Amino acid sequence: MAVRPAAIAVPAGVRPRSGAWAVVARFVRKKPLGAAGGVLMLLMLITAVFADMLQTHDPIATNAAYTLGVPNAEHWLGTDHLGRDIYSRIVHGARVSLVVGVASTLLGSVLGGIIGLLSGYAGGKIDLVTQRILDILQGLPLLVLALVMSAALGPSVQNVVIAISIPIIPRAARVIRSSVLSIREMQYIEAARSLGVQHLRIAFRHILPNTMGPFIVLCTAQLGSAILVEATLSYLGLGVPEPYPSWGRMLSVSAAEYAQKAPHLVLFPGIAISLAVFASNLLGDALRDTLDPRLRGS
Amino acid sequence: MSVVIFVLLRLAPGDIVDILFSTAGYVSPSEKQAILKELGMDRPYVVQYLDWLHQIVTGDLGKSYRYDLPAWEVIRPLVPVTLELAALSMVFAVLIGVPTGVISAVRQDTTLDYALRVFSLAGLSMPAFWLGMVIILTLVSWFAWIPPITYVSPAKDLKLHAIQFLLPALAVGYRSSALIMRITRSSLLEVMREDYIRTAWAKGQTGRIVIWRHALKNALLPVVTVIGIEFAFLIGGLVVTETVFNLPGVARFLVQAILWRDYPVVQNLVMFIAIVVILSNLFVDMLYGVLDPRVRYGG
Repeated sequence: MAVRPAAIAVPAGVRPRSGAWAVVARFVRKKPLGAAGGVLMLLMLITAVFADMLQTHDPIATNAAYTLGVPNAEHWLGTDHLGRDIYSRIVHGARVSLVVGVASTLLGSVLGGIIGLLSGYAGGKIDLVTQRILDILQGLPLLVLALVMSAALGPSVQNVVIAISIPIIPRAARVIRSSVLSIREMQYIEAARSLGVQHLRIAFRHILPNTMGPFIVLCTAQLGSAILVEATLSYLGLGVPEPYPSWGRMLSVSAAEYAQKAPHLVLFPGIAISLAVFASNLLGDALRDTLDPRLRGS
Repeated sequence: MSVVIFVLLRLAPGDIVDILFSTAGYVSPSEKQAILKELGMDRPYVVQYLDWLHQIVTGDLGKSYRYDLPAWEVIRPLVPVTLELAALSMVFAVLIGVPTGVISAVRQDTTLDYALRVFSLAGLSMPAFWLGMVIILTLVSWFAWIPPITYVSPAKDLKLHAIQFLLPALAVGYRSSALIMRITRSSLLEVMREDYIRTAWAKGQTGRIVIWRHALKNALLPVVTVIGIEFAFLIGGLVVTETVFNLPGVARFLVQAILWRDYPVVQNLVMFIAIVVILSNLFVDMLYGVLDPRVRYGG
């Protein structure tokens, strides 16, 4: 009797699955700071998704009768110079920050990852030329590059995302390339090649999935700086345009003018930015230590 | 290098004249052509690029069309301000970063270690401009004193000048210290596990000498590397800090030039920053040989 393929195939789930909750519990125990970061990120995500429900006022509606109001029962965090409710604006700002942060991180990391994958897999001259170009891009400070790009592209949410993603590309390409270089030499790649599998298929099907660890680490680490760059660009008036409530814009020059009269104008959006970036840095650090021990402490 | 900057700036949709005019309202097409011609932007990109290269090589940095002055003349007085601020920030970054890193490594996994790590990570998370604003606000509300809004030259009032620079340098330095602290910590932890450190302890040397003389000296190489990398990072921090504290430096000028679409100035400033970053990395590479005799080049 012929052996049925199913009989020799390894049954799915033969490895004792530790279960998602066990993994999370272990992570919390080993990395309490990272877990705290994760909780904060989750809170931010919830805030961003349910912003419409969490708001107490329309974040864009102005109120000339009550400008620069101090925090009170009606306006929890006070109002700005146009009488807009700061709490509601911060809640909606989470949406902008998260959308821009995640979108630009993903865009930059995916583009950079593909470049790194192909460059590392191809090797030789292609690799050399690509690496030099990336060197140059990386030679420019992240913020300066984003600044120039967003100025050249003009203010809009999409352009801000593109501007922030460009400095991420060389960093992502580096990380993915270095892990591709070691995977490329593995025996299963040689096996695939000797079976006549096409290069692109090897690269995307056999190598790419194995770079996911460093990729996830990279994304969490870049998310914080992407949020920070968005805030800075918006602060300088080159980021997310009005009327979107953006944390950076809330701190921009107009707010600085009234800072003395109403310090809460400066305080709360800044705390929001710091907390968001802090959370993603904490989570990124812990994930890096867990998933990619080689990069520890770097 | 120059090619990439050039291409990046030209890749953007719409040229600078379009953007300039979109703010000015309607302008007749013929007028637009005239300005394009005057700026030399009607020529093929290759010609423009070669022209720019030629200018850089001959030391001519083009003309700022906002000021109608040679770009270099506009930039030159700003350079010392930024250099002073950058140097001071670097000093603060090292002064904060190295000791906290050492303490954190020596007291690994204690509450103090955790506290210091959170402290440094917090520095990394706070936007530099916000930190600057908070510092100013604190001064105002606690001491009812505002740092001078306009630039004070050292010749006029040295003390005020120092205060004016120390505050923004502290804001930028704190932020930059985070990376230095982390690398000091991890590098020191690694060195502390070496045999010669055990020997030093076994000889009965005091902890202070073992840590500061034996361990730190050998842990310094990665720290120096990071300080070099940090320099690029620092310039990013300066961009906003100079704006917040209203210091007339190169970084603030870059922001203004971008907002005014002063094309030649932006192009040259970005090139200038890139060169500074490359030079600082080169300098760090050369420092390796001095710090660690095992590293030798060309041998």
